[in-house]
Amino acid sequence: MTPVLQVKNLQVSYYTDAGRARALDGVNLTLTAGAKLGLVGESGSGKSTMALAMMRMIKPPGRIEGGQVIVDGTDLLTISDEDMLQARLSKIAYIPQGAMNSLNPVIRIGAQMMDAIKAHQDQSTSDWVSPAEMEKRCKQALESVDLKSTVFKMYAHELSGGMKQRVCIAISILLRPKVIIADEPTSALDVVTQRQVMETIDRVQEQIGAAVILIGHDMGLMAQFVDKVAVMYAGRLMELSTVEQMFTDPKHPYAQALIRSLPNLENKGVFNGIPGMAPALLQLPGGCAFHPRCIKAMEICTTLRPEPVTLSSGQILECHLYSENA
Amino acid sequence: MSDLLELKNITKTYSRGLLSRVSTIALNNVSLKLESERPTIMTVAGESGSGKTTLAMLLLGFITPTSGQILYKGKDIHTLRGEERMIFRREVQAVFQDPFAVFNPFYTVDHLLTVPIERFKLAKSKSEARDIMYDSLSAVGLRPGDVLGRFPHQLSGGQRQRINVARALVLRPKLLVADEPVSMVDASLRANILETLRGLQKNYGVSIIYITHDLTTAYHIANSIIVLYRGNVMEAGSVDNVIKSPQHPYTSLLIDSIPWPDISRKWGETAIKVRESDIAEQTAIGCRFSSRCPKVMDKCKQSPPLFRLSEHQAASCFLYDQHPSIEPEKLSDLLPV
Repeated sequence: MTPVLQVKNLQVSYYTDAGRARALDGVNLTLTAGAKLGLVGESGSGKSTMALAMMRMIKPPGRIEGGQVIVDGTDLLTISDEDMLQARLSKIAYIPQGAMNSLNPVIRIGAQMMDAIKAHQDQSTSDWVSPAEMEKRCKQALESVDLKSTVFKMYAHELSGGMKQRVCIAISILLRPKVIIADEPTSALDVVTQRQVMETIDRVQEQIGAAVILIGHDMGLMAQFVDKVAVMYAGRLMELSTVEQMFTDPKHPYAQALIRSLPNLENKGVFNGIPGMAPALLQLPGGCAFHPRCIKAMEICTTLRPEPVTLSSGQILECHLYSENA
Repeated sequence: MSDLLELKNITKTYSRGLLSRVSTIALNNVSLKLESERPTIMTVAGESGSGKTTLAMLLLGFITPTSGQILYKGKDIHTLRGEERMIFRREVQAVFQDPFAVFNPFYTVDHLLTVPIERFKLAKSKSEARDIMYDSLSAVGLRPGDVLGRFPHQLSGGQRQRINVARALVLRPKLLVADEPVSMVDASLRANILETLRGLQKNYGVSIIYITHDLTTAYHIANSIIVLYRGNVMEAGSVDNVIKSPQHPYTSLLIDSIPWPDISRKWGETAIKVRESDIAEQTAIGCRFSSRCPKVMDKCKQSPPLFRLSEHQAASCFLYDQHPSIEPEKLSDLLPV
């Protein structure tokens, strides 16, 4: 299958008064149509930067310093700003973290959805869509996320958090994008609503055959939803495995610690936190960024940064423990 | 010996506007009791709008109940004056959800810890004040040298939340109200904070009311649990009973919706019957959950009392009407400590 999304050696830095912070340091990803990838990591590991970089929405002092984001054959990092405007939502869509805050409170939901279609209309060509047709499409989108079409005429404050999140999903699928990036779409919702929202994303994703990247730090949600999990740490991809491999046989010491820290019903009262704290991006430790917290750290880890290797199981790892197995 | 804290038939309604007669019942006839002799961790669980935070605000005395009484050591917290009020303020402490919002960015962490010490005159000298700070920071697993003198923005979410716990601990509280203390903290740091909270209960004899929607963490640290839905107690009992064998349909729904970090345990055993957009108005009478309940019966148009299912479990549901019913005030007798 040809990939719909290829991220190659993506690099993003933030230039602060205190120096240059490398938020993304050479990340590679490939997604095929219909694939579901989970991107996990602690705060500050570069998950959201990754999403914003793919959308080309990094704001100063941040800067995309290199790499490629190829969606459907086009490198998004090389096209003009106008073309990028068109590409957003029609090729690559983004469901932001706090849905509550991303809808305009003084404009009806319907008008906001129509805006999205209007902005992507090409006046010169013949496939002009009439307002009535647009309204129909918006209402269909609302229904596909289990909202009544009456929501079209409502304001954001009339909806609950879960409903607002589903409106955002409806907007993101309006133009049938190839890739949907959902950045912690359920972090502010409770468990029942979270399940509804995730089931909604699952269904609409299947309908339009898009690839989904789910960003979050909830491993439980990943187990329920995605096919592949990518673990990020300090702007690098530490491990990329299928969800089965991740939960039964994680390879990277950090991924192992992450899996171990999950609470379950068998070991009541046993907490396995990960000791230490995430490194500050301004003063990353030399070598592998995880080595100060790693229980299997070796001499080489303090000096040399591991390069990604692909194991025979298909897992991609950045760790000296597996360097010879390549 | 009087109880540390007792809620007697607390009801809180919020009315909308001056003229509107529509009001929201945030809590409906909730009673609970915490003993001062045996510190415990009690979880109050429920989804958004279940009245969890209203309960926390009531316990802390920030809002007054519409009816019912909150007794702290036998005295109504709203009649406390002078010294007694200061003692209540000192002994009942809170940790809130958002570790990013509670700090003043212009002050170092020391400020947050020294203010309560000065305010309650806990230390006679500067060195004594420093000792108290050092002790409470060590108690939550932070090295004082790492955090003192730093500004909030220099600390991680997990560190900030532990400083909040340390701040509460400085005052040697008897009761800690923790309102979603880990929901905004990274999953990998949650374990550390929960460990800290449990240590407080074990080593410092602090009772904790742990308010959350996350039943997995509740299971790990709490002894007892009360499940709320729209202000009503749905199910209560020991965490082992309630979480491992939920009886009330609402509790089952909550537990089925937990995203288990286990690929062999997928969602979808019980389908979600009604989407919340279909619930027109709050069901004013009868079981609050009836509009979403997969097992709804005719009887559910009336309000179900609490039925005692076992020594440590009770559910408010007519499915169990063959069991003896109990008065809401007697609920805390069921809860293990």
